[in-house]
Amino acid sequence: MQAFLKAIDYYLPQNVVTNADLAIEFPEWSSEKITSKVGIEERHIASENETALDMAVNAAEKLFNQGLVKKENIDFILFCTQSPDYKLPTSACIIQDKLGLPTSVGALDYNLGCSGYVYGLSLAKGLIVGGIANNVLLLTGETYSKYLLPSDKGNRTIFGDAATASVISNTGSAKIGNFSFGTDGSGANDLIIKTGASRNPEKENQTSIDENDNIISPDYLYMNGSNIFSFTLKSVPSLVNNVINKNFIKEKDIDYYVFHQANKYMLDFLKKKLKIEDHKFYEGLAKVGNTVSNTVPIALKELMSENKLQKNEKILLAGFGVGLSWAGCMIEIDELKKDSYHI
Amino acid sequence: MELDLFIKNFAEQFDEADVSVFTAETKFKTLDDWSSMTALTVIAMIDSEYGVQIKGNDIRDSITIKDLFDKIIAQKK
Repeated sequence: MQAFLKAIDYYLPQNVVTNADLAIEFPEWSSEKITSKVGIEERHIASENETALDMAVNAAEKLFNQGLVKKENIDFILFCTQSPDYKLPTSACIIQDKLGLPTSVGALDYNLGCSGYVYGLSLAKGLIVGGIANNVLLLTGETYSKYLLPSDKGNRTIFGDAATASVISNTGSAKIGNFSFGTDGSGANDLIIKTGASRNPEKENQTSIDENDNIISPDYLYMNGSNIFSFTLKSVPSLVNNVINKNFIKEKDIDYYVFHQANKYMLDFLKKKLKIEDHKFYEGLAKVGNTVSNTVPIALKELMSENKLQKNEKILLAGFGVGLSWAGCMIEIDELKKDSYHI
Repeated sequence: MELDLFIKNFAEQFDEADVSVFTAETKFKTLDDWSSMTALTVIAMIDSEYGVQIKGNDIRDSITIKDLFDKIIAQKK
C-alpha cells in the first residue's frame, strides 16, 4: 500500500503587519532594509482572540470546501502545534468537535516546529500504510507572534502566523516516498521559551541584553540566530543527501526543492551551498514570512496553484529548526488531474 | 598571509565600515555595524571559504578577529 497527499489548503489571519509598520516602531530600520535582509515584505498576525486551533479549523474548512474530501471520510486527525489552546485537553480533540468530524476519529497533537509538517507526513503515511486509517487530516497551526517580546524586532520581522490542512490518503496525486530524520536535543536552548510550562512554571518578568545587544526574556521566545544558522548549514546538506539515498535516486532526479522558509538569507545560502539551480528552488517568504510548521505545506499549495508541478516530478521536502529537529522526504507527483488539489 | 586574507574576508561582511580599519586585534563586537545579522554573514563566509561550521558560541567567545581565526584553524585540524 502507498500513501498519497490528496489535498492541501491554508489559512492566514486577516491582520497584516508590513515592513512600513515595523519601521515606524523601529525607526533604525527602513522598510527597504528589512526586505533586503530577510526577504519578507509582510506577515499575517493572529488577532488577540484567534488561536492556532481556530486557524487550523479555518484551514480545514477551506479544504473541505474544495469538495475533494468529505468530512465523514476522515478517520484520523494529526495537529502539529506549539501553541495549543490549553495544557489539556488535546487541541485535536476540540478540532474534531469544531469541524463536526465523526466521533470514530483518532486524534492527537504533536509538538514540533519547523520540521513538523514532514514529521506529520511520516506519521500519516504510517497510519495509511499500516492499514490503521484511510484518510488522515494533517493540520499545522502556529502563532509564534504571541510568544514574541514586543521589542524583539528581529523575530517580529521574521515570523508570521498561519495554519494549514492536508489530507493523506491511499489515493491521491502526490505519492509520499521515504524519509530521513534528525534530532539534537543539545541545542534545545537555541530556540526556546523557558518559562510557562512544567520546568519553570512561573514567569520571571525580567529582561536582559544578549551579546548582540538584543533585549531577551525567559518569558518570551528566544532564538540564538547564529547557532540555528550554523546548525542548518551543518544538518541540511546531509539531510538532503540522506533523502536522496533513501529514495534510491540521484540528485539530478530532483525536480524541485521545498525547504522550510526560514528567511531569505538562509535559503539563498543553502541554495548556493547545495548548488541548486534557481528554477528548482522554492522561495515564498515575501507575503507570509516564516510561519514555522506551515511553510512547507503553504509552499506546496502555492506550487500546485501555479501549476508548476508536472506528472512524475520529484519534490524534496525539508524542515529544520526548534528542537533541534530536522526531517526530509520526497514526494512524487503521480497523476496530476485537474480536479486533484482542487486548485 | 592566511590571517590577512581572513581579515579581508571578515571586513567584507560589513556594509559600511572602512576595510582598512580591520586588523587581527580589532574587537569586532564593539564596531557600530556589528549585529546579529553580521554574525550570520560571518558564519556563512567561514562555511564558504574555510569549509568549517563555526557556532554562535564561537563568535560569543571571541573578542578579536584573530580569536575567531584561531577557532577556525583549531576546527580544521
